[in-house]
Amino acid sequence: MSSLNGLTIAVPRGALFNSTLDLLAALGLDTDELRANDRKLLFEDVGVITMRPSDVPTYVEAGAADLGITGKDVLLEQAAQRPGEGGREVYELLDLGFGRCTMVLASVAGPDPAVEALRRLGVMRVATKYPRIATRHLEETGRQAEIVEVKGSVELAPLTGMVEAIVDLTATGTTLRENNLVVREEILVCTARLIANRVSHKLKAGPIDELLQQLRAMPGLGGA
Amino acid sequence: MIHPIPSGTRDVLPDETREARAITDTLRRVFEGHSYGEVYTPALEYEAVLARADMADARPAYRVFDESGAVLVLRSDMTVPIARVVATRYAHADPPLRFCYFAHCYRGVRPQRGQPREMLQAGIELVGAAAPQGTVEALTVLCHALDAVGLKDYRIGLGDASLFPALMGSLEVPEQLRAGLLEALVMRDFVALQEMLADSGISGEDAQLLLDVPQRRGGPEVLRDAPAPAEAAITGLRRVHELLPDDVAARLIFDLGLVRKIGYYTGAVFDVYDPALGTPIGGGGRYDELIGRFGRSLPAVGFALGVDRLHIALAGEERGTGALLAGSGLAQGGDA
Repeated sequence: MSSLNGLTIAVPRGALFNSTLDLLAALGLDTDELRANDRKLLFEDVGVITMRPSDVPTYVEAGAADLGITGKDVLLEQAAQRPGEGGREVYELLDLGFGRCTMVLASVAGPDPAVEALRRLGVMRVATKYPRIATRHLEETGRQAEIVEVKGSVELAPLTGMVEAIVDLTATGTTLRENNLVVREEILVCTARLIANRVSHKLKAGPIDELLQQLRAMPGLGGA
Repeated sequence: MIHPIPSGTRDVLPDETREARAITDTLRRVFEGHSYGEVYTPALEYEAVLARADMADARPAYRVFDESGAVLVLRSDMTVPIARVVATRYAHADPPLRFCYFAHCYRGVRPQRGQPREMLQAGIELVGAAAPQGTVEALTVLCHALDAVGLKDYRIGLGDASLFPALMGSLEVPEQLRAGLLEALVMRDFVALQEMLADSGISGEDAQLLLDVPQRRGGPEVLRDAPAPAEAAITGLRRVHELLPDDVAARLIFDLGLVRKIGYYTGAVFDVYDPALGTPIGGGGRYDELIGRFGRSLPAVGFALGVDRLHIALAGEERGTGALLAGSGLAQGGDA
């Protein structure tokens, strides 16, 4: 058998890609072709499909993959925020530990312009790629905010004066520092998670549980 | 011309209608054959009436005011309206009572997700038949119905809604933690469950049990070495299993972690899976306290099938393709 226990797994390209491949290799999967070919999306021989991290829950929820690996930030952004509202219907099985980064609220160094705006104008403008996480955090902390969704380079938004603060993911803080931004609040810590399709989780219980056991036996993944 | 309809709603045209009608006609024949009489209830009900039921995340999402200012809602399922019918129209009738329905229900959606706002459900309610016999009858009718429409590879996941709360109770999990732990399980977030347990001060052994038991699923062997605190629920599942006809029992996957999002379930709960579809086709369970909230205390059990989902699964099985089937080519690579 060349795939993992006969399972199809959705693998995120981008920051989590190499760590994910290392993990799959440690599980005995042949990842050479995955590493060699960065344009191919579908690796039938090893039961792997690759995509951007935010698409992983979509493919897993639909059953196009039995399992998937993606960041907690993606799962939270796509989760149900209010009663009666459907979130992604996937099982979150394991914290894989890697890809560790922090969701932060940051603003330009010096006196915090966000605090100033809240005090004088009653509302702060916040740019983010994670509008739902940002909205929720600001609601939970009782602040009125105008959320501006951007698709990339969030750091630009406060530098141009379009917003007073940003909510973004940071691993080392380098990009923030280089743009003269300082972290004001840490919202939550995100790591890579193993997720499963809800029907696969039942119909392929044996192979999935076997894989979970292998994963939990790995150093640094002591988990459940 | 573009005259849009709300996302999550559909116009159903003759070819599809013909196929869907063949499915519902077959289901109706099976339900009627088991003495389940078909009922219609209004799509609009008073919010205050339906709110007697604990719908949790499946509560009605659409409200309108009528001319006198009363708040009406579009029903989000048929079980609660039938509970109302039983308590009001059958206040003195001798149980058991058997009803079936084919009705549209309405749920809230997230934009851009392709979730249905309006869905056609086909189901039964068996009122006044306690566990385990009532549960056995509902599961039997369910399998007969799916067999009759020609679905081949389906499986029924069977669990018990009282299992995890009972487990928390007998392990003396502090009251203030229970809702959060159950919520993590309902959200199928085992990572959150594990983190909450680690922070809770619950002893390592008990925490391990709370994390491990809801992940147990598989054949009847799952029921064998049951931990003592879950014994009552598991005995119930075992009795259902013993009473089921062999062809129905063969379809079961016992799932100690099965919970449904609707809040009114009290005992056995079940989901219908098919490898041709990535989401359950339908499900149901026991709701022994629901009808009591409308004034007549009777144990009950029922299920609902999503007709659209059943249709998709049937078509997927026919083509030999579908979400989890080998037809994608990917899974074949894996099985080789």
